[in-house]
Amino acid sequence: MNKIMTLREAVSQIKSGDTILAGGFYSVGTPDNIVDEIIRQNIKDLTIVSNDGGTPNEGIGKLIYDNRVKKLMVSWCGLTPLVPELVESGQLELELNPQGTLVERIRAGGYGLEGILTLTGLDTMIEEKKIGERVHLNGKDMLYHTPIRGNVTIVEAYAADKNGNLVFRGTQRNFNDVMCFASDLVIASVATPIKELGEIDPDSIMVPGTLVDILVQGEVA
Amino acid sequence: MKKLSPKEIIAKRVAQEFKDNQLVNLGVGIPGLVPNFLPENVEVWLQAENGIIGGGPPAKEGQADPYFVDASKLFCTMLPGGCTFDSTVSFGLIRGGHLDYTVLGALQVDEKGNLANWIVPGGKLAGMGGAMDLVTGAKKVIVATEHTSRDGKSKILKECTFPLTGKEVVDYIVTEKAFIEVTPDGLVLKEIAPGVTVEEIIAITEASLIIDRNIKPMPI
Repeated sequence: MNKIMTLREAVSQIKSGDTILAGGFYSVGTPDNIVDEIIRQNIKDLTIVSNDGGTPNEGIGKLIYDNRVKKLMVSWCGLTPLVPELVESGQLELELNPQGTLVERIRAGGYGLEGILTLTGLDTMIEEKKIGERVHLNGKDMLYHTPIRGNVTIVEAYAADKNGNLVFRGTQRNFNDVMCFASDLVIASVATPIKELGEIDPDSIMVPGTLVDILVQGEVA
Repeated sequence: MKKLSPKEIIAKRVAQEFKDNQLVNLGVGIPGLVPNFLPENVEVWLQAENGIIGGGPPAKEGQADPYFVDASKLFCTMLPGGCTFDSTVSFGLIRGGHLDYTVLGALQVDEKGNLANWIVPGGKLAGMGGAMDLVTGAKKVIVATEHTSRDGKSKILKECTFPLTGKEVVDYIVTEKAFIEVTPDGLVLKEIAPGVTVEEIIAITEASLIIDRNIKPMPI
């Protein structure tokens, strides 16, 4: 099966209203080419789940500044000052999650777990705003959080073979591994020339290719 | 020797808590100065939330690898022996009790060890990032902060009024004037900086302080 598509074909699988799990931390690992093509194809009303909000010119920040996002689920959005303005004017719903909670909720969504239990966020705004629900188990209070899944995951990988086996580099990895488990459709943009089967050492593969539906050849520097 | 600034005094005192080979996460601001003051024969591993243990100094101009970025969004290098990993591992290290220390700044900290450091009501909205996980999961939580805010108000309060990062999570408060331990009985003043009196510290601290019987000068 050929998983390699053009950028245009790949992004045409994403629909307005979709929930997108977008990899990347400080936009390292976010596929900027896919983000740009989402804007070009006028896909909107998106729910975006990502570690952070990127910047006005990088990563998912571009979607925020182009008014493509109706709901944003992140742990931090300190470099996109438009976010508080959009929230205030009712144009954007923002759900802040502690970073470790956010990634585990996504992992639960992809690993067939019905939620997570954590002490993080007890007696804070996370509990007050009912992002998590206080439960009492094993003699302890903790917060229960629901799993997170998406319609589409978009990630950038450093290397891949034609089967979709992925390798990340440095801090490009962040949320990208688990996000590949947690959507119905997984699109990976690859920063180096896509390899033939067998060219990547199996032990160094970070995401099994079976999880990846579509590969897009990124611009090779 | 050059006179240390208040921020450097705090960083230097915090650095003395670490033992060789411990795993430490440093927040932005004053905590970031701590590595400059590590005692001789003490090396620690620094963890960055985005998936690094052993990140090195910022990359030199023209030598940056765009895939290596530190927790302050600067291109960084790697020290020999460092490693990279995904965010589930990063927060498994943090929440799972594998992190020896987290050092963070404070907007407010109080008598019970509550910490508020991520949002000012009505202020700029950014998010908690990894701070709530860090204060919940690290073995020891050190708050590194100037004793008073810019307008001279105590940052060490009877009770935090800003939204909390964590409840009853702080172990030590280190300021340019004092080293304070959070205990079940309250805040214990363990050390005072040279040239500062106990009375002076009581006067600028809203929280009640228990004066340690063996109170010492801060070793800075």
